[in-house]
Order: sequence, then structure tokens, then C-alpha cells
Amino acid sequence: MAAVTVLIPTLLRPYVDGRSEVRLDVPDAGDVAALLDGLGAGRPLLDQRIREETGALRRYVNIYVDGEDVRRLDGLGTAVPPGATVLIIQSVAGG
Amino acid sequence: MTAAGTTVLAIGTKKGLWLARSSDRENWTLSEPKFLMEEIPSVGIDTRGGRTRLFAGRMSWHFGPCIAHSDDLGETWTEPKEGSIRFGADDGAALERIWQIQPDAENRPGVVWAGCQPISVWKSTDHGETFELNRGLWDHPHRTEWGAGFGGAAAHTVLPSPADDTLHVAMSTGGVYRSDDGGISWQPRNSGISAYFMPDPNPEFGQCVHKVARDAVDPDRLFAQNHHGVYMSTDRGDSWQSIAEGLPADFGFVMLAHPHRSGTAWVIPLKADGERIPPDGRLLMHRTDDGGATWEASSAGLPEADFNAVLRDAACVDTADVPGVYFGTRGGAVYASADEGRTFREVASHLPDVLSVRAAVVPS
Repeated sequence: MAAVTVLIPTLLRPYVDGRSEVRLDVPDAGDVAALLDGLGAGRPLLDQRIREETGALRRYVNIYVDGEDVRRLDGLGTAVPPGATVLIIQSVAGG
Repeated sequence: MTAAGTTVLAIGTKKGLWLARSSDRENWTLSEPKFLMEEIPSVGIDTRGGRTRLFAGRMSWHFGPCIAHSDDLGETWTEPKEGSIRFGADDGAALERIWQIQPDAENRPGVVWAGCQPISVWKSTDHGETFELNRGLWDHPHRTEWGAGFGGAAAHTVLPSPADDTLHVAMSTGGVYRSDDGGISWQPRNSGISAYFMPDPNPEFGQCVHKVARDAVDPDRLFAQNHHGVYMSTDRGDSWQSIAEGLPADFGFVMLAHPHRSGTAWVIPLKADGERIPPDGRLLMHRTDDGGATWEASSAGLPEADFNAVLRDAACVDTADVPGVYFGTRGGAVYASADEGRTFREVASHLPDVLSVRAAVVPS
């Protein structure tokens, strides 16, 4: 297991007791999906804000692992290395 | 019910929920917005059993849809911990939008229906805390042939009958379906409704019904506003007859039925599919008191010129003895009538596009 830091956007902070970041222990060979499983454990409403019921990342939610957009990598299968910083943030969208 | 209590008017918009209150349905106070920047395509007010529960179907473009409820007239809101409306892992679908929140009849306390996108109907038996997918409709063999209107593929109308286990659902596009067994099985009920936009203009299903309302006295009587076409059925939807004659146009989204009197309904016509504005730029509500044989326009209190449409759930009636009639426009104006839609006054103006309104008289 290794610790990673997840940065939480303002609109989702009510689901993590108002915190701006959450430290999580994830498997050494874990990916973003596993990270989200850990983040959403005990926080189903937070998980629902990030992923659809199908498990897909919501269209207008972006996730960056150490500054890289996971959609440009392997999506939710993108590896999360030990010590990584994972940024969850809403995309630029809306009218 | 008299209008002696407080009337609450829930206004769902493209960027949040507003609540208006009035003790006389003439003078209104408007709340600060709730759920700012979230679309509220559906609202519901459940006054059964002597308690009032407000519902809001919320939709964040970033973080998805959910349903929330309030037991203190909108001061605080609760979203059930596990989420209320969720497809299962084997359904291969994700909830996109909650189009309709419909408390059932008085004799089925605790039952609340939801109509959603993708086309699906959900039932709660615990006052809206949790919902279960209606498998009869979800597994219907027609489902793969149902289409999407511009707003998405949705079951936007759910009408339980207070008389028996009859249930009507209207979907865009798919048309009207009826269940005679409380939602176990479903059959299309569109005979007589035209679908001019299809190769066969009279299909068994596939119509783009915009809204259906049930007559309060005669539950076998239904009114329907279609994508062109205004219809009435007197046989539970087995057949439909046009009642559009006398209206300035047969396009529109709204259909309301009187909560106590048979044969009275309201529509708000738009000029045409290709010209979705009030005819002549004059926003009018039209009313029939004789089952669609004749129509009368109401203009008192409405603006001289308005080029905004009124969406399918942006209109409602309350259930007072003399019912109030309400609607909101895509221009953000909300109007209320305390005299069955004869005269209106503006409740709010310059809100975001109004998507949904519901009103109810609640104990003061």
C-alpha cells in the first residue's frame, strides 16, 4: 500500500467533511478506478458525483494524476504511483 | 381544500430552485435560490397524510442528477445517503435526468413515482426515500425503438389513477403507454394520435407526446398535448380524438386538468414546431370547460408581447377549491392565477429559464 493525495474541488468538499484534500492508502499497483473505490468507500454520494452507475467517469469531471489528464492516458485504468497527487476537478463547461 | 393556508410555489429553473409563498395567492414572496447552478427539471409537492414534503429533481452538468427532499418547506434538503434513483450494475445505463416526480393518490400513501431519462419509471413506497426501477417498462420489447426528442429520451409524465391500478406513462418519443396492473405490464395507447414526422403517421407507438393530464372526476378521461395535436381520450387512452379546433395552434408543451371539475383543461399554445413562440408573440393560456369542444383565451395580467415558450412541466394547478393556475416561461417570468386561470399576476421575473413549477396549499 502507498499513500496518495487526492485534491477535492470546492463543490465536492461537503462530502469529505469540508476538506480540500484527502490522503488515501491505495494498492501499489493500483489505478484510478481503485483509487475512486477507496475514496468512495463510505461516501456513496461522493462517488456518484464523480462516476456514473456504469462506472464511467462523468463527462464533465476531469481527473489528473501528477498533472496528466487521465483521459489522455488509460482513463480510469491509469496507474496511480505511490506518492502521487490526484486532482479531481470539474471541466470548463456550462452556460 | 380551501386556499386558507400558505400556498407554496416551487420554481425549478435552469440554474436553481426558487420557492414562492403566499397567504392569498395574490401577493408572493420569493426565496433565495437553492441548488444554484443546478438544473431543476422536476419538482414535486406531496401533501398527503397531513405532512408536506418537497422534492427537487436536480441535475448538475458536472456531477450528475439526484433527487432531494425537504420536510421544512425548502429550508433544508436531504439526499438519501445511498442516492435514491440508481440503475443497477447489470442495467447498462446511467441516470441522466429526473423529469417527473409524482406523488400517487391519497389511498396509496408513501408511493411516489418518478419518470426519468433514459426512458424509465421508478417507484418509491417509502415517501421518496428510495426508488425501484419499474422492470415492466424497462424490459419492454419496444424500448429499443423508442427515440429521443430534443430534450432527451425521457418518461416525462407518470399518471397513476386514483380509481384502480391503472397507470399511464407518456414518453418522448414513444407515446402513451398504459398499465392495467400497477406497472407490471405495459401496452401502447396511441390510437388516433398522429406522428406526422414518421413514415407511417399513425404508428402503434413512437408519437412525441409532450404532456398528458388526467381528468380528476373521470379518471378514464385524459387530455394530451402532442408535438402538434391536442387530443382527448374518454376510454383510458384506447382511442384519442382531436380537440384542437378553436385553438390558435396545436403545438405546445403544457396540458393541465382541473383538480375537481370534469372536462376543464388548460393549454398554452405555441405557433408551430418550426416556430416555437406564442402565436403573434402573445403568450396566452387557453381553457376549455367542455372537454375541448370550445376554448377561451386568458390574457388578463399577461404581457402584451412575449416570445418565450412554456415547457411541459413549467405549468401546474394547485388543489384549492378554486384552484390556482401557474406557469413559468423560458424567459424567467412566473405567473400565478388565483381564479382558475382567468387573470394572472407576475410572481417572479428575470429568473433563469423556468423548467418546472408545482404549487400546493400547505398548513400555515
